[in-house]
Amino acid sequence: MVTRAAAVPRAMVGTQGSLRRDEVFWAYAFLTPWLIGLAVFIVGPILFSLGMSTFNYTLGREAEATFIGLGNWVRAFTKDELFWPSLGRTFLYTAVVVPCTVFGALLTAMLLNERLRGTTFYRTVFFMPHLTPIVAAAYIWLWLLSPQYGAINEGIWQLGVALTGTGFKGPGWFSSTEWALPGLMLIALWGAIGGNMMVIFLAGLQGIPQELYEVAAIDGANSWSRFRHVTLPMISPTLFFNSILACVAAFQTFESAFIATKGGPAYATWLYGLHIYRNTFELFDMGYGATLAWILFIVLSVFTYIQFRTSRAWVFYAGEGR
Amino acid sequence: MVDHAMPARAGMTAKQPLRVAGLPVGAILPRSGLHLLAVLLGIVLMLPFYWALISSLKEGPEVRRIPIDWWPQVAQWHNYLDVWTVRFFANWVFNSVFLTLVATAGTLVSSSLAGYAFARFRFPGKDLLFTLTLATLMLPGYVLLIPNYMLFWKLGWLNTYLPLTVPFWFGSAFFIFLFRQFFMTIPIDLDDAARIDGAGYPRIFWSILLPLSAPVFATAAIIEGINQWNSFLRPLIILNKPEMFPLSVGLRYFVVNPGDNLPKDHLLMAASIMMTLPVIILFFIGQRQFVRGVVMSGIKG
Repeated sequence: MVTRAAAVPRAMVGTQGSLRRDEVFWAYAFLTPWLIGLAVFIVGPILFSLGMSTFNYTLGREAEATFIGLGNWVRAFTKDELFWPSLGRTFLYTAVVVPCTVFGALLTAMLLNERLRGTTFYRTVFFMPHLTPIVAAAYIWLWLLSPQYGAINEGIWQLGVALTGTGFKGPGWFSSTEWALPGLMLIALWGAIGGNMMVIFLAGLQGIPQELYEVAAIDGANSWSRFRHVTLPMISPTLFFNSILACVAAFQTFESAFIATKGGPAYATWLYGLHIYRNTFELFDMGYGATLAWILFIVLSVFTYIQFRTSRAWVFYAGEGR
Repeated sequence: MVDHAMPARAGMTAKQPLRVAGLPVGAILPRSGLHLLAVLLGIVLMLPFYWALISSLKEGPEVRRIPIDWWPQVAQWHNYLDVWTVRFFANWVFNSVFLTLVATAGTLVSSSLAGYAFARFRFPGKDLLFTLTLATLMLPGYVLLIPNYMLFWKLGWLNTYLPLTVPFWFGSAFFIFLFRQFFMTIPIDLDDAARIDGAGYPRIFWSILLPLSAPVFATAAIIEGINQWNSFLRPLIILNKPEMFPLSVGLRYFVVNPGDNLPKDHLLMAASIMMTLPVIILFFIGQRQFVRGVVMSGIKG
């Protein structure tokens, strides 16, 4: 779809053979770095990684490498006790984080689209969490959510004092099995609610023709039906785009979990990204790690495919004139 | 996919007349209510920064005092100097700056060249190559990272900066796409005119396109610069000498290896703020470009 647009009519080229050859030469000259990169760092490694997934192979032990066919896949599905739980946990994490961040970002964008005085200032403030390096954010949150000394639990305690006279005991966050994963979700929500997605939504909202709202208002639509029947359909392509990207990102979450909990306590935050990391870069079980990565790719592809299929029912493209 | 709607939309924003609120709460809440909402959201989102700031200005033991001091009794600004004495902090900052600059420069050069080829040339295999380029965007990082790690290992590149710099001089699909999109908005008549005057393709790129492309270069530099500065997993697996770490990986040493068992939370918070600050400053400098880039890459995706 995107490639079509490239066929810009050219005034002079094409009628002169020599110029054309010159054009092909220079095109490939400019593409050379990328073609090398594509071959050496992308296509080659992909093929190699496919091959690797059929071997039992530990880094540095070429002699002991054995071909095991689908053995790694079988191992993941039937023998690896951490595999299914980590996958399920990642689904859960994604299922909570994606709707919260996507709709949170949409609501934030709608708030900014109200053109309050100081919108630029608000936008900058909302965007700052997104700019915070995830590593720094993870440390700040780890400390913020410290069960004993953190501001959040202190706030909860003080709230209890104010309401009932005795303090409420806050959750254990990253030191408790129930609250560690919600802690990671909070980090993700904080970073995303005013981030890139919000900016993209804002651009989408500003692109909705004002007439549509005026017509709807004349027809007597209240603010909810204006949202439901104008904003939502008009913003649906953006919503769809953001949801897909958010899913892909959430599924690969690594840094926050690695820093805040290292997957603990008792594997409560052992997300799929950590599982890949552990097997590949700590145990150097390269064949198995490659397999786990491919499983991730397949899961994400299926996920995205399903989203594309179901999107036909709810995504509205104004340009298609339906 | 959203392409077709865009040209029409672009014009709309400039001259929007009276607005009818599209937000449900717009009708329910008065304007002051919306302001209140925005302020509250801002406060909630800023709270972690405030917490990091006050923690970074406390003394070691004061950080763990209950009840919490919501402002340090005496602001210990020297913490921000003390951070530099922890382990290899100065090295880490320098390494981060170095790696960010080298990798970002590589991405800009190689991706803009490829973007130029895709935007302006007709050559056999173009559609296939471009589709392939876009397809690589779909791959999860881990799928590439593992075999690449093996490659670096085979080449003897582990524990060097080569894996963190060299690959970026060979293009990145996302930025190639970004550059292509931008170059395609520059009228091709300019190229044709230059060609009539006898300019070759490199010259057209250098003297016609480049001078007009400051916005996209700024956008790409900011996005990739921030990516590189924040990069964690790659350096984590490639490097194992602490003095070679970038800041993102080095920060762990405030927690993992405090040396004297005294709490280092205040220094960790100071270091985290110092790691965040350059990103925010960079963002402020290029805010306009950055937002434009996000929108451009987002909506045309």
